Amino acid sequence: MQAFRFDLCELPGETKGLRDDVRAFLEKELANVPAVTRAQTWSGSDLEFSRKMGAKGWIAMTWPKKYGGHERSAFDRYVVLEEMLAAGAPVGAHWIGDRQSGPLLMRFGTEEQRRKILPRVAKGECYFCIGMSEPDSGSDLAATRTRAEKVEGGYKVNGTKLWTSGAHTAHYMIGLFRTHLDPQNKHAGLTQFLVDMKTTEGITVRPIKDLAGKSHFNEVVFQDAFVPDDMMVGTEGGGWNQVTAELAFERSGPERYLSSFILMVEMIRELEKRGGAEGAREIGRLVAHLVTLRQMSLSVAGMLDKGENPALEASVVKDLGAIFEQDMPVRAHELLGLEPTVGAGSDYEQVLGYLTQTTPSFSLRGGTREILRGIIARGLGLR
Amino acid sequence: MNELQKILADSVNGLLAERVTKDLIQKAEDGAWPQALWNELEANGLPRVLAPEAQGGAGGTWADAAIVLKAAGRHVAPLPLAEAVLAHWLLAQAGLAAPDGVLTVMEGDFALAGGKLSGTAPRVPWGRNAAHGVALVGAEVVLAPLAGAAIAQDINVAREPRDAVTLKDAAVQSASVTLPKNALRLYGALIRACQMAGALDYLAEQTVAYANERTQFGKPIGKFQAIQQQLAVLATQAAAAGIAADHACASLNKGDAAFEIAVAKIRADDASSIATSIAHQVHGAIGFTYEHGLHFATRRLWSWRAEFGAGAEWAESLGRETISRGADALWPYVTAR
Repeated sequence: MQAFRFDLCELPGETKGLRDDVRAFLEKELANVPAVTRAQTWSGSDLEFSRKMGAKGWIAMTWPKKYGGHERSAFDRYVVLEEMLAAGAPVGAHWIGDRQSGPLLMRFGTEEQRRKILPRVAKGECYFCIGMSEPDSGSDLAATRTRAEKVEGGYKVNGTKLWTSGAHTAHYMIGLFRTHLDPQNKHAGLTQFLVDMKTTEGITVRPIKDLAGKSHFNEVVFQDAFVPDDMMVGTEGGGWNQVTAELAFERSGPERYLSSFILMVEMIRELEKRGGAEGAREIGRLVAHLVTLRQMSLSVAGMLDKGENPALEASVVKDLGAIFEQDMPVRAHELLGLEPTVGAGSDYEQVLGYLTQTTPSFSLRGGTREILRGIIARGLGLR
Repeated sequence: MNELQKILADSVNGLLAERVTKDLIQKAEDGAWPQALWNELEANGLPRVLAPEAQGGAGGTWADAAIVLKAAGRHVAPLPLAEAVLAHWLLAQAGLAAPDGVLTVMEGDFALAGGKLSGTAPRVPWGRNAAHGVALVGAEVVLAPLAGAAIAQDINVAREPRDAVTLKDAAVQSASVTLPKNALRLYGALIRACQMAGALDYLAEQTVAYANERTQFGKPIGKFQAIQQQLAVLATQAAAAGIAADHACASLNKGDAAFEIAVAKIRADDASSIATSIAHQVHGAIGFTYEHGLHFATRRLWSWRAEFGAGAEWAESLGRETISRGADALWPYVTAR
């Protein structure tokens, strides 16, 4: 049994110059951004910042030039991503298009779709949201009910998508709709579509407040929304396989273990003042986990660079990464005991206030802990 | 792994799988010394994987050594293979010729004067069986014959010999070399981290295999989600310990690896606590018997996680260094390693 493999992967030496450039850029851009804002990392969004990143050539880094990309290596991209996340840059607006929807279109989209959309994504001007979950379809994605019914020249879409992050700012949704119902095989009959969120009639986006009172995600209701034929992505009925491939991208990056990193930095800042063995032990442990997760994440990046399919390894990193991220506010609380705050308080207290409330989502988004462990168990030959 | 490393992995795992039988481990735990197995390991050059070719070694890297050390842990080989690998490397670093025979390392309080070594090492692995021990005194690597040493026998929880070795004015060979602070504890932590990674891989495989065999309520228990979720955790912990150990070995090839070794020992310690608990829970009562071999791995993990510094000890020093570098230095430091 060797269910999964994590080979060491060292970043090429030539990535160092790029890393220095990114750091210099971030130092300037984020100079006056408070820690609690930086703690949002890839949930935070700033359209101006996204455009600047596009101008720097730090979006769509690995894509072909003809689609506005920069034909850089997967490692260059990795370096930019991890620097952005560690610094807490507001990369949320372009994040999904860069990570997930762009690569999906590259793989399954039509030439026309790619030429029309990808260069704008690369410039940091065009944003995506993902229409997967529904009121009755969360972990059980194949239970998707939103229907796309064939009509003259396209499809008529009816149904509701839920928890759709960024639907209120996105130019496009990649929606997973049911084009055919076979009660015996619910994985069949699912199809992905590009939906123009700005011009399509019959779409209502309603913000949903999260427990902290913020509205990142939405309910998206389709009522006889017309989607033209040329907006289908990939093949009719091929949605399930395409989504599975897409999720490997979604689960593989450094964002899956760095979401609480800003709190770790602020914990150390507090401990610089306090000293003590207990705090040192806690930080040492967190450093050990951080460094190990980074090596695992790099290993996945290495597999992606070689064109291998690290879907299983990505699930491992996401599961361990979420544990690490969710443990952070707990460790912080036990160690320092200060009250989490909103609005006022020190950087540490505010970051703790933000992350204490946010971390429950880390083992839900992009596949719940239980789903990931089910995937791992399948890899172990148990299912 | 490159091709040569694959061959090395196949050969060392093949040899140990065949020779380290349950019977052999049980006899070793009852106090027998497996001399024939030691001879075979020596004949295959395994203790000398890191020794230079000029000294009859394999001239390997720490990545090669990791393969041997993980195999030693995976098969719970009841002899000081890991210690000998380290001892040979230290001797080679100092340019000292390595003797034949059983070799171990001695972490203790020694004084060296005029070529004579005095002092005590409290828990020397297989001190009673070793012909020579390697100690560090200041910047000196010391090779001490143990024929005249006073040995007070003891064992660890895994019933591996951990003997107090006392030397008085023992004639030794020594040579100075530049090594990091507390080098024997540091490199001892590395060999244990590698062994633990190997033992954790074994635990994951063995526990998955058992879950696929053991039937309750009319189906293998591995078909129950409650068990599957636990096994997924066990396997991910083993994977984390494995790459942390590999990372430390790769770093040592390049130079200073004190940071990565501390990371590896802490991570292996944490993984062991989680993994041993799951492995026993899934095995149920049978895994709690001496008859079943699961405990050969779990008891070693319980000992090894504390030997050469528990995770907490390494975490404290790693944490102190991190805090003293300052909050904003954390990320640049991690990415520059």
